[in-house]
Amino acid sequence: MSEPVLNIKNLTVSFPDHLVLNDLSIAVNKGDFLSVVGQNGVGKTTLVRVVLHQLAPQHGKIEYHPVFKRMKIGYVPQFRNIDEEYPLSIRDFVGLNLHDSHMPWLSKKERQKLDKIIAQTNLETIQNTPLGEASGGEKQKAYLAQALINDPDLLILDESTASLDNVRKFELLDLVKEFNEQQGVTVLFITHDIELAQKYAHDYLLMRHGTYQSGPIAQFKESDLEEAEHA
Amino acid sequence: MLSFAFMRHAYIAGTMIAIISGIIGVYVIGRNMSFLSHMLSEIGFSGASFGIFMSWPPLNGMLLFTIVSSVLIGQMSSKSSRREASISAISSLFLGSGILFLSLANKNASDATSILFGSMIGISQSEVNQILWLSIAVLVIIFFVYRDLRFDSFDHVGAEVKGVNTQLISIVFLVILALSVSVAAQIVGSLLIFVLLTLPASSAKHFTRTVSGMMIFSIGAALLGVWLGLYLGYLTNWPVSFFIAMIECAIYFGALAWNRIKNA
Ligand SMILES: Nc1ncnc2c1ncn2[C@@H]1O[C@H](COP(=O)(O)OP(=O)(O)OP(=O)(O)O)[C@@H](O)[C@H]1O
Ligand SMILES: [Mg+2]
Repeated sequence: MSEPVLNIKNLTVSFPDHLVLNDLSIAVNKGDFLSVVGQNGVGKTTLVRVVLHQLAPQHGKIEYHPVFKRMKIGYVPQFRNIDEEYPLSIRDFVGLNLHDSHMPWLSKKERQKLDKIIAQTNLETIQNTPLGEASGGEKQKAYLAQALINDPDLLILDESTASLDNVRKFELLDLVKEFNEQQGVTVLFITHDIELAQKYAHDYLLMRHGTYQSGPIAQFKESDLEEAEHA
Repeated sequence: MLSFAFMRHAYIAGTMIAIISGIIGVYVIGRNMSFLSHMLSEIGFSGASFGIFMSWPPLNGMLLFTIVSSVLIGQMSSKSSRREASISAISSLFLGSGILFLSLANKNASDATSILFGSMIGISQSEVNQILWLSIAVLVIIFFVYRDLRFDSFDHVGAEVKGVNTQLISIVFLVILALSVSVAAQIVGSLLIFVLLTLPASSAKHFTRTVSGMMIFSIGAALLGVWLGLYLGYLTNWPVSFFIAMIECAIYFGALAWNRIKNA
């Protein structure tokens, strides 16, 4: 438990018209379950894009733990364009992310990985359903399965529960919790749902425009968030 | 029938064309590019006219125009609304000049009709060879980018997360699409390109739910259309493109009906 898997140091990101992240620092340890909260537009998704190397910061850096030569990150993005007409089955969709081989067909090892993740995410009975016809909760599970198929060290969920009802969102997070506890996957959970954060996360990062606050989730005060929302 | 060289040529070229159209068509559906492939076939028409004007083989003119324009289109805005407008603009430019080249070339009208509607029967040995090489080139390129192309075509957001170079993939795909359109036009003509390029793949998605399944189905549907179409054309002396179009449409409407019944 010595060095953090992800050490974010003095991160500053600005777009031509405005500053989004301002000197943000936080360390995330292996096996952590960190909930990132904050109002719309404070830069939660921007932070994720820097972690994923999709965006270069103006200042600061992110140190990844040296044990992971190249840290494997699974990411469930906030937006995805899957419409009703989407043709592929859930199983084929999840398998898109396999890349242990370059052949047009899946190798035996890849088929086993696919079977395993489908079973772990409870998608067996609906694996042949077209993803376009799946419910919101089933879609999120499929996205989760695709993100987890390569055994990532870090899993990032960007408001994956936003469109789910009270039953489905617990179902999804119970799954995430299992991966967190049993496989030691570090989790970054971006959400607006404080109840969920308090139930599942170990720590929190509250983002406001330009200032940040973090600590164990037990110390999180909802008044802080309200303050942030009215700021 | 196959004792005639021209029928053998037609069958060899038609088979290759059906295979690459079946594969490319699945990506065209996945990437929502039916509109673009239609435009590319019109651009192919002007390329062929330009070829005739320059006294080149029409296929070479077609390849030149479709490849250049697809790379141009690839460089342009990726916003889909702006994109359709700019694709229309580019294709009008090419189509307009195609008409000019054709009239300047001062050839008889049969050249134009064979480009527009296809002319299966006149394919020479050297044209067959060219079609074979181009098809093989398309297959080899697809083989090398298969996984990334599949990921990007069916889940663009996920592919970006994985770190796929989606811009490069997009350009590579446009080039192989241009090659396929030019090659397929040799048999069904540039007006009916989508008969082989999009109808079989659109039918496929009603029967199967995997990328590989869709490819197998749409290759099969394209092959059936081409083989049967050639045979019927041989028997009746009616245009081969007519039969291929009818067969592919029958498969497509059959797929829709099947879908209705299944969901009823
Ligand atoms: N590529 C970009 N160019 C310019 N501005 C951008 C870009 N991406 C994001 N922004 C701006 O940066 C700010 C932060 O955006 P971001 O998506 O990170 O917010 P967020 O915290 O994820 O919000 P939400 O809760 O709505 O998802 C917003 O004001 C947004 O308009
Ligand atoms: Mg966001």
